[in-house]
Amino acid sequence: MNRYWTQRIGFAVLTIAAIAVVAPILVVIGIILVEGAKAISWQFIFSMPYEGMKEGGIFPAIVGTLLLTIGTAIAAIPVGVAGTVYLSEYARDTMMTRAIRLAIVNLAGIPSIVYGLFGLGIFVLFMHMGTSILAGVLTLAIMTLPVIMSTSEEALRAVPMEFRTVSASLGGTRWQGIRYIVLPQALPGIITGIILGLLRAAGETAPILFTVAAFYLPRLPRSPFDQVMALPYHLYVISTQVPGMPMSVQYGTALVLLILVLSMNIAATVLRSFFRRRRQW
Amino acid sequence: MARRSSQNWALSLYNEILPGLRRRLAGSETAGRPWTEFVIESSIRVLGFSTIGFVLLIFIFLLREGIPILWEVSPGNLFGTRWYPTFNSFGTLPLILGSAYVTIAAIAIALPLGVSTAVFIREAAPDWAREVLKPLIEVLAGIPSVVLGFFGMHVLAPSVRTALNAPTGLTAFTGAVLLAYMSLPTIISVAEDALDSVPKSYRDAALAMGATKWQTIWRVVVPAARSGIAMAVMLGMGRAIGETMAVMMVTGNAARMPLSLGSLFMPVRTMTATVAAEMGEVASGSAHYHALFGIGIILFILTFIINIVAATAIFKKRRKGGLR
Repeated sequence: MNRYWTQRIGFAVLTIAAIAVVAPILVVIGIILVEGAKAISWQFIFSMPYEGMKEGGIFPAIVGTLLLTIGTAIAAIPVGVAGTVYLSEYARDTMMTRAIRLAIVNLAGIPSIVYGLFGLGIFVLFMHMGTSILAGVLTLAIMTLPVIMSTSEEALRAVPMEFRTVSASLGGTRWQGIRYIVLPQALPGIITGIILGLLRAAGETAPILFTVAAFYLPRLPRSPFDQVMALPYHLYVISTQVPGMPMSVQYGTALVLLILVLSMNIAATVLRSFFRRRRQW
Repeated sequence: MARRSSQNWALSLYNEILPGLRRRLAGSETAGRPWTEFVIESSIRVLGFSTIGFVLLIFIFLLREGIPILWEVSPGNLFGTRWYPTFNSFGTLPLILGSAYVTIAAIAIALPLGVSTAVFIREAAPDWAREVLKPLIEVLAGIPSVVLGFFGMHVLAPSVRTALNAPTGLTAFTGAVLLAYMSLPTIISVAEDALDSVPKSYRDAALAMGATKWQTIWRVVVPAARSGIAMAVMLGMGRAIGETMAVMMVTGNAARMPLSLGSLFMPVRTMTATVAAEMGEVASGSAHYHALFGIGIILFILTFIINIVAATAIFKKRRKGGLR
């Protein structure tokens, strides 16, 4: 066989593999979009569930997920950004900083269910927070940290060294250089990292299983020590734990969760490419 | 060098975290700087080390809640083949094998697909295809596992059932397919990095020798990137072992020993699914509770080893100038 034919066949196989990877993604999104759209209405999104969740809407689950995501942002952003600034601006290449990098890789690799166990052990039981928003938020925040840190570190490292040296040459302190030069330049990248981290927090079920999620709670939370319903857990519950659940409600819930997560995903992608194009250095 | 710094870790901690304090104590360099800056820089240093603290904290709390199972239940029971917690049977073997079985099956699907896609994106795809593929793969990475599990339950499992004419579509195979797609984004992006770091001179040399583009890719570039591709597979495995919701929803969760190839089309139960399904119903402090934390310890150690090995290899390669 002619080797150019081998090349053609080879490239065809690669193309088929790529299509086999991408096509199912479109199928999943397409099916959930089509089936879920039938359930979506103002009432579905903005009302309380009743009749054992078979009727009414998923408002408390949406609010719960938004609260958890916002809480995670509040807890994770300061630690994540400060940690990243340390790694990229202050740390030298020593044993300790290598240990930090390994710790980040590790946190990123720990299974989400193990975060759930950890949250249950430390926040719910040991610190007596009980099954609460606070416990869930702290668990999700630790899970989110490695995503925020690894993405924002890239952003900080992309800022050219000259920016820092010029700032120093003008008499700025190291912190002034970071605060007024480096951070603003890296901000879009950092925000991308934050969105990617929060997207993971919003979609995860396993870490909130034992730390915050309520099976059925048709009211809004009143304090950080309340339980809440959350979209991913609600989808799990109605698709596996409640017999006779109407399919439209299940698909509708899946669609709302998917839209929430995908819009964050798209925001991150757009933000990144927009600033990459606008960057002048 | 490495030995010295590990011996003096306390000193290096002092040097790393508190140089501001040290200089302040020495009364030099910081003179004239506002104290707010000193506070900010110190807290940044402390927060920089928080990740190490979190890893330790997670391990400590898993041990604290999980270790008691070792003296509550005999070792024979713990590593037995029966997991029936209500009858005090805590044999973790079927769960460990279940996780291993599903993970290996998932990698068997994801490895050829992922590596081919990475090669396609880096070496063969026209620009427009790359522009379409990369964001879509990122979207896949972003789809919550519970949504994929939901899709698996309602669409994939019924098709598996009809295709195999089996009593149920909730099988190890169904789980493996979902897991394969969930580990693909990891495998593809790491494999892409690996291919990317093969020097251009390798390609130029092969092409100059008269090799076709395909021969260059297949005989030169991919072999040169093989250790990076191995890392990609390892990290993908780490992802697959830890995956919980999707697996729990589509594998049928029967705690039986998956020992033959035929088990692929029967229900199976993984470690993660066991913890997720049972932790909600156990009394805290019971043997069952400790056993579930014990499974957590196994999962933590497994992923810890996988990630440390992969990360050190990757760091080392990066320092030498490229992941390969």
